[in-house]
Amino acid sequence: MSEYKPLKFHVPEPTGRPGDEPDFSGVIIPEAGSVRRPSIDTHAADMKELASTMVRVLNKDGEAVGPWAEGLDDDILVQGLKNMIRVRAYDERMMTLQRQGKTSFYMKCTGEEAIAVGFRAAMQKGDMNFPTYRQQGLLLSTDYPVVDMICQILSNSRDPLKGRQLPIMYSSKEHGFFSISGNLGTQFIQAVGWAMASAIKGDTKIAAGWIGDGSTAETDFHAALVNASVYKPPVVLNIVNNQWAISSFRGIAGGDHATFAERALGYDFPALRVDGNDFLAVYAASKWAVERARRGFGPTLIEWVTYRVAPHSTSDDPSQYRPKEESSAWPLGDPILRLKNHLIKRDLWSEERQTQTEAQYNDEIRAATKEAESYGVMGSGASPKDMFDDVYEEMPPHLREQRQKLGV
Amino acid sequence: MPQMSMIEAIRDAMDVKMGQDDDVVVYGEDVGYFGGVFRCTHGLQKKYGKHRVFDSPINESGIVGTAIGMGAYGLRPCIEIQFADYIYPAYDQIVSEAARLRYRSNKDFIAPLTIRTPCGGGIFGGQTHSQSPESLFTHVAGIKTVIPSNPYDAKGLLIAAIEDNDPVIFFEPKRLYNGPFDGHHDRPASNWSKHPLGDVPEGHYTVPIGKASVFSEGSDVTILTYGTMVYVAEAAKKETGIDAEIIDLRSLMPLDVDTIVESVSKTGRCMVLHEATQTSGFGAELAAQVQERCFYNLESPVVRVCGWDTPYPHAQEWDYFPGPGRVGKELKAMMEAE
Ligand SMILES: Cc1ncc(C[n+]2csc(CCOP(=O)(O)OP(=O)(O)O)c2C)c(N)n1
Ligand SMILES: [Mg+2]
Repeated sequence: MSEYKPLKFHVPEPTGRPGDEPDFSGVIIPEAGSVRRPSIDTHAADMKELASTMVRVLNKDGEAVGPWAEGLDDDILVQGLKNMIRVRAYDERMMTLQRQGKTSFYMKCTGEEAIAVGFRAAMQKGDMNFPTYRQQGLLLSTDYPVVDMICQILSNSRDPLKGRQLPIMYSSKEHGFFSISGNLGTQFIQAVGWAMASAIKGDTKIAAGWIGDGSTAETDFHAALVNASVYKPPVVLNIVNNQWAISSFRGIAGGDHATFAERALGYDFPALRVDGNDFLAVYAASKWAVERARRGFGPTLIEWVTYRVAPHSTSDDPSQYRPKEESSAWPLGDPILRLKNHLIKRDLWSEERQTQTEAQYNDEIRAATKEAESYGVMGSGASPKDMFDDVYEEMPPHLREQRQKLGV
Repeated sequence: MPQMSMIEAIRDAMDVKMGQDDDVVVYGEDVGYFGGVFRCTHGLQKKYGKHRVFDSPINESGIVGTAIGMGAYGLRPCIEIQFADYIYPAYDQIVSEAARLRYRSNKDFIAPLTIRTPCGGGIFGGQTHSQSPESLFTHVAGIKTVIPSNPYDAKGLLIAAIEDNDPVIFFEPKRLYNGPFDGHHDRPASNWSKHPLGDVPEGHYTVPIGKASVFSEGSDVTILTYGTMVYVAEAAKKETGIDAEIIDLRSLMPLDVDTIVESVSKTGRCMVLHEATQTSGFGAELAAQVQERCFYNLESPVVRVCGWDTPYPHAQEWDYFPGPGRVGKELKAMMEAE
């Protein structure tokens, strides 16, 4: 008889399912200000613990503390708050459009606004993001016309992508926003390639890759890390760990006990794990990694710890797979509220200005939506003719023939 | 007989096989606790346990690769790729590995896996939730490719696929999940509860892989089609009054050449209809087969009606989709051709 007991198949489980009390006791949150800030040329081996802990700047009282709090420009913080308010106003409005049947689909980033907005603030013109669908904040914190964004959501006659792409899959080279793919993980490695090109050409531009916790499971994630490891290009690789990938919790991506940031260490480049709902920490860490890349010290992997407050998309119902109260129990709080409280404490902001700003952006987005709707809503604006353009640079004869057959 | 939607029929097929055979395991993205984004595996984890029905990491290559390993051990994995548009990361595992394992090992190892995946458009899913990549698989020696058009066939074919010792790609036309769809997107949707093919027997039965069905008899022209397009063909037949014989191929590889030849020899005309892009699509194979075997019976050239050779657009979905209007127009033109 065998001396071994029968093996058991392990499948990780989240701490709660519908009907359970939310349980975040396993999320270890170090004191704000307790994590050191190494110099940007530090070797991966000399800053390993930063992949396992969590960089935090705002303490419970809303004060900015510790080494990562130093040298943060007040104007950028105020602008960051405004941009986050704008992103949230935009998301709410687009959800309404979807519910009214004016577009087919939408995805919100509620609770995750600080990450894209804070990171964008650390970038320069000419840098390139390879975003996921949940990084609308990257575009909304630039001067990209919001009307154009809404036209894309509506697939109307002014849609910059001519109705070809699913709503939210924006593209703007000029604004450092690479065309979004619906296929997960594919763009993480492309960011590495863009950064390699910048180094090959002796440029000073950097790239940023974006991926969700669930999508780190894709093979392309490994491709990105190994190429970043080998060529040390100027790239920041961002993992947005919002705890969920549709119905699968982070453990199904191998992130139950190990952190996502720790993966960089095996590839010999540094990683930061950061409180993604703390705008100051986001901005400080982004600045560190962007500067490191631009100074030629190579790639950084950043894990942004946050929570997906919204449903995955307009096709999703999270009450089917996670505790109802989980988002309100999330221990890192709301990024807008936290930054607002901090700025009020420092007399850089007030409740009044908060109310005014919310109203201002609601008005802005409402007006922009109205204008966008005047160019048509879903199904009434994009031209069938546009379907055949841009498949190739020059339309081959068979497509010309097919277009004629359709009579457009 | 119970009335089932295609979703329920697919679920029931897995349920029947899991009940009969402990070696059948089911997994994929969001497949376990949640039961799949289209709910095809809903309730199976509860019934059969987490060691037989589980969530997989978002890694399609890994889903297929692990299934090949399990198959080598002796299991029969029935795995889900959330959308056919996301099968490409697994293409190497399917093409270079699953498809060739029997051949290269001289039967030492086999890959008895079933890969379920929703395909086709009609839900405003844009280019990453709408594709029909069947010809990328029929082109590969060693894989079987099936695509049911109704709940009855879906259950019987899925059971047959799970029991098959070769790898089977099982395409599920997502626009048919809840009811037959004839391409008239502006009309109210119908559901399977009122359709004879929604009558699905309980328990075990199979629909053999490699057998087409004559969906609707006719004498003027043969329409070779499958999946959603079966109902589009039916609508075009009704609307034009042209007496088309509609063949639902159900299985693309192996292909039921006999049924095709019999029908085209009778009608003397042949239309090939699919939603996938035209060039190098499966319709090219069908046209070649008909030309080789029925040339002297043909009264007019074989005509292909397919998706245009562009990526699947979002807003222009109904201009892209080969609906009953386009099919009807082509049917009329064929009947006029001498
Ligand atoms: C290659 C591929 N596989 C599957 C999907 C379907 N899908 C879309 S989003 C998603 C979950 C992604 O989760 P995560 O990476 O954590 O990002 P989040 O949505 O949480 O921002 C899945 C499985 C896809 N789009 N592409
Ligand atoms: Mg996630």
